[in-house]
Amino acid sequence: MKVGLFIPCYIDQFYTKVAIATLKLLQNVGCQVDYPLQQTCCGQPMANSGYEHLTGGCNENFVRNFAGYDYIVSPSGSCTLHIKHHLHASNESEASAIRSRIYELTEFLTDVVKVSSLKATFPYRVGLHQSCHGQRGLHLSQMSELMAPPFSKPAQLLNLVDGLDLVQLDRRDECCGFGGTFCVTEEAVSAKMGKDRVADHLRHGVNYITGVDVSCLMHLEGILKRANSAVQVKHIAEILTATV
Amino acid sequence: MNQLNLDHASAAVEFNKDEPRVDWHDETLWFVRTKRDRAAAQLPEWEQLREAASQIKNHVLSNMHDLLAQFEENAKRNGITVHWAENADEHNAIIHKLIQDAGVTRMVKSKSMLTEECHLNDYLTRHGIDVIDSDLGERIVQMRKEPPSHIVLPAIHLKKSDVGETFHEHLGTEKGATDPQYLTEAARQHLRDTFLTRKVALTGVNFAIAETGGFVVCTNEGNADMGAHLADVHIAAMGFEKIIPRAEHLGVFLRLLARSATGQPITTFSSHFHRPRPGQQMHIVIVDNGRSRQLGRPDFRNSLKCIRCAACLNTCPVYRRSGGHSYHSAIAGPIGSILAPNLDMKLNADLPFASTLCGSCSNVCPVKIDIHDQLYKWRQVLMKEGYGPGSKTAAMKAMATVLESPGLYRMAGKIGRGVLRFTPVLAENRFNPWYNQREMPEPPAESFRDWYINNKKA
Repeated sequence: MKVGLFIPCYIDQFYTKVAIATLKLLQNVGCQVDYPLQQTCCGQPMANSGYEHLTGGCNENFVRNFAGYDYIVSPSGSCTLHIKHHLHASNESEASAIRSRIYELTEFLTDVVKVSSLKATFPYRVGLHQSCHGQRGLHLSQMSELMAPPFSKPAQLLNLVDGLDLVQLDRRDECCGFGGTFCVTEEAVSAKMGKDRVADHLRHGVNYITGVDVSCLMHLEGILKRANSAVQVKHIAEILTATV
Repeated sequence: MNQLNLDHASAAVEFNKDEPRVDWHDETLWFVRTKRDRAAAQLPEWEQLREAASQIKNHVLSNMHDLLAQFEENAKRNGITVHWAENADEHNAIIHKLIQDAGVTRMVKSKSMLTEECHLNDYLTRHGIDVIDSDLGERIVQMRKEPPSHIVLPAIHLKKSDVGETFHEHLGTEKGATDPQYLTEAARQHLRDTFLTRKVALTGVNFAIAETGGFVVCTNEGNADMGAHLADVHIAAMGFEKIIPRAEHLGVFLRLLARSATGQPITTFSSHFHRPRPGQQMHIVIVDNGRSRQLGRPDFRNSLKCIRCAACLNTCPVYRRSGGHSYHSAIAGPIGSILAPNLDMKLNADLPFASTLCGSCSNVCPVKIDIHDQLYKWRQVLMKEGYGPGSKTAAMKAMATVLESPGLYRMAGKIGRGVLRFTPVLAENRFNPWYNQREMPEPPAESFRDWYINNKKA
């Protein structure tokens, strides 16, 4: 199983440890992982701002980097969703193949690798932030708005971690307000949404907030740090590879 | 605070200056959302009902002409006069003429978002007609000379104390009164007099049924009935998308509407009007006002499926924290943000950006409008048509140039990390909106790519 690792641009630059944890996690569960060195960005920052027509160059570059893999896996629901919905290129058959072969990390682990045990220990109270694009776009968990039986792929994995205490939140899948460029263009609402999400986790006494998208976690981390909170954020890959 | 002349983001800044009030607004509407969840969960067939409603509405959109013609024929046979209005002006003029023909200068009106969209009250007031809104929430905002901030709960931006002040000023209630019972009773007495003396009553239309030529109006206060039953002339105004094919389809829509809106199994009053009573006139004004244009946009036509339940407003984390007036449009929230650009792209170019694209709106929608996908698509249309600021377009072009080139991307990343590590003041200042309420991430010395090359290929 040849996996192409897609590390979103801001993780590559600002969250090296998350990318390393993702690589290790995939290797731990037996994947042969390759990191294509010329990858950059999925194009979502432009597209969500209304400039999808400027993403052609990113698309071509993405296809050049990720053509030919059995699977493409990324530690980001949001970037994965963007590729799944919007990747088009001059080599459209390859673009189409990539769209159908790209997976967000946790769904890859539960649905493709079918992980049933992990050697990880994380003896803390953890709140799971359900990032919207993974949640409502990729259906990583049952959505609170829809009337259907509950499930959660990220929670299924977290429950395999020794000592981890996963808390129930008051609003289990409300948006944190990051929203890409929304976080600066609508700063007032974005920050308020982030503060309210953080407060929900704090009310439930978490030590860590985790999630499948570093973008949301970066936003929540910024708010926690401004408040001098001792609570930290960790991407789910860091927890699933944690040994204490 | 007047948010109406500001773009959404600026209006949201104003709204967020009073954080306890934002919390209260958020929690009040979240409570409505949870009531909706509980009501929906009680029906095992909830998702099938949504699917059925969606399919019926799709059928309506594809057969609009025939259904409207059928409705007109049957309504006329029932003795209802049918009027067609191409736009807001025609709608207002038709209603004005009907009032004049009745020889009166006063009218009572129950809730109609269409009349808000057409600015009917302003128009009639300018022409010397006195209009009283009979829905309690509408009456409150009317006294305050504000537009409604929510489709179903027009005064949800106001607290009891605000209403107390307004009633003290306009109805002479005791100063400082906040008891809902007392205030409602004052409004009730005031409105009762209005109902008894008005000869012309206007109502909205929730559903118009093609096969019967009748229509249904849903209220919780019975104010539409009170107005219509006591008036000599009943005018009902509807956007043409309110049509449904058959009466039996009400069994789908009435079950969805109130559950989605407030978590009630059904509205207190679901009134079926088919024909004028002897001696009464009944008129229906069917309005286009841009709806044909929207119907012709493949990406956006199904926004016309909307039954105005406001579930998307209640669930929207942005709406709850920016308030209805921040949308500067008759219909606020996510649904308003995909309807308004059709009416005026320039004026409403900000609204599709007043969202994180979280998708909760599409999930609660009882007729399955793909609201958040349409928000994304409107962004594309608006920027392509040149309604974005030039500075934004330039920034996006520069960003695209960097991100599509592996070399430029790595150089920019290195510089960016360097700045944050060694001269953080360049990012940590008041000109950076991120930094206003959040710390910057702590950049590592090496990118993942650097680490990968050093550790894996060595």
